[in-house]
Amino acid sequence: MEKEKKQELLAFAADIRTQVVSMISKVGSGHVGGSLSAADLMACLYGGQMCVDPKNPRWDGRDRIVMSKGHAGPVMYAALALKGFFPMEMLNTLNQPPTQLPSHTDRNRTPGVDMTTGSLGQGASTAAGIALALKLSGKEMYTYLILGDGECQEGQVWEAAGFAAAQKLNRLIAFLDYNGKQLDCEIAETLGGDPAFAQKFAAFGWNVIDVLQGNDVEAIWNAIDQAKTYSGEKPTMVVLHTVKGKGWSEAETQESCHSMSVTVAQAAQAAAEFAQQKR
Amino acid sequence: MKKAYPAALEALFAKNDKVLSMDADLMRAIGTVKLWRDHPDRVIECGIAEANMIGAAAGLSSEGYIPLTHTFAAFASRRVMDQIFMSCAYAKLNVKMIGSDPGVVAQMNGGTHTANEDIAMMRTLPDVTVVEVTDTVALPQILEQAVAQYGTFYIRLPRCAVPRVYAQNARLILGRANVLREGKDVAIFACGIEVSAALDAAELLASEGVEATVMDVFTIQPLDRGAILEAAERTGAVVTAENHSINGGLGSAIAECLGEGCPVPMERVGNLGEFGDVGKLTDLMKRYHLTAKDIAEKARKVLARKQTI
Repeated sequence: MEKEKKQELLAFAADIRTQVVSMISKVGSGHVGGSLSAADLMACLYGGQMCVDPKNPRWDGRDRIVMSKGHAGPVMYAALALKGFFPMEMLNTLNQPPTQLPSHTDRNRTPGVDMTTGSLGQGASTAAGIALALKLSGKEMYTYLILGDGECQEGQVWEAAGFAAAQKLNRLIAFLDYNGKQLDCEIAETLGGDPAFAQKFAAFGWNVIDVLQGNDVEAIWNAIDQAKTYSGEKPTMVVLHTVKGKGWSEAETQESCHSMSVTVAQAAQAAAEFAQQKR
Repeated sequence: MKKAYPAALEALFAKNDKVLSMDADLMRAIGTVKLWRDHPDRVIECGIAEANMIGAAAGLSSEGYIPLTHTFAAFASRRVMDQIFMSCAYAKLNVKMIGSDPGVVAQMNGGTHTANEDIAMMRTLPDVTVVEVTDTVALPQILEQAVAQYGTFYIRLPRCAVPRVYAQNARLILGRANVLREGKDVAIFACGIEVSAALDAAELLASEGVEATVMDVFTIQPLDRGAILEAAERTGAVVTAENHSINGGLGSAIAECLGEGCPVPMERVGNLGEFGDVGKLTDLMKRYHLTAKDIAEKARKVLARKQTI
């Protein structure tokens, strides 16, 4: 990866994180942890990997995206606003009616959001449906799906995994934000040890790319390149080993940062931390 | 119905290239295997994974396809309620869900497969149209109109042969209750297999000098309030009949409508809040008090109440 591109992605990720914590501080609390862990992925997708037109969010030729871990709405909203889908000021309206930015992503409210999510597991199926629709229509666009690791405790994820493989949805590229934590505890605690996501998706018939540095923009970027050059019939799962609350020490060190309160003063401190991460 | 359903789908395929059929391993049960072989690009086998089927249908519809999903009513409703809620209804998508063999029509599949609560569940969801197919004449018309109207639909459908209610040239309009017989003494509102039972009940009553109005309320949501209120006002006595629990179904919907708009004596025929069981349709209809005799009995009861007012 060229140095300039990496700089650009690092800066974009830092800006996304700054906006995530800032918008949450305006309402006082929100889903910080799972938004920050996915910020680098968002930077790569909206920083060039995804084909979209911010001025025409429903352009038919766009790549589709489903944020199945819908509570990470803030990280998507930050990326969309920074990319120009809607004015930056709109970020200040998160969860304050009549807002276009509800906690969980909603296809009928927010420009750039292709599917309504929030009840976990369902985005896996809707993304598979979108990818199948594009395939049936002979369209070449990609469908991107973002799953949470705790979300994979939902049986529907595995119903969808089998379906996507059976339908040979090879332009479905999924990401698993494997930050290791859910609301109550660590993922391993509820699953009896190592969830072995890479092996599980491989067993379900997916092309799996395991990215141990899941918060490294260069590693994510290269994984997406690799997914796009894959020429087989399987859907692709990119397992991103991430850190919940990544980039903000206050969140990273909390026992649970899934949903946490954030003051405006804390947001300013966080922004200073993120500014250091731009290079 | 197992012939009429694939035939209706075939006609829809020919008319609209966006229409798809999806099933959760029950194509042999509903008679669509040949359709699948003939149109492998239009029929999607989803396997025994109903939640995924509903979600995938929502995704397909967001790209302009019009999927008709099928599984047994028990699985088409209670197993996938949250998927219907969020991925279809809340997301304002265009999925047509067919739940077959509701209530006692489940017959030998028994209590586990008997959906007596599906109408009640669907009716609580905003923007979901709830329809029950009356016979093979109604079926293609209902499917065609459901496809033509954007939105999430739940369509109840028996698989077995059912008595013919409509003449071949009868025309059904979604959202409008159909008057099948006019009488001044009592109004019987029915849906599904209870429509023909209601017509038989009206014959029994006629022999006793009682003139009954019979209406097929095949669209349960949104309810044809105007027609129901008019018939209730005209007759002053109402009986509802449905192959579903009396709690939350057609009877409840009509009671709510009349309670607010035209309170008259009313009796409900339907499952009285019991689980289903295995059995033959005729036996189950007797056991759960769904026969023409049961409807006539309720009509006599409501007429007695009317006279004491």
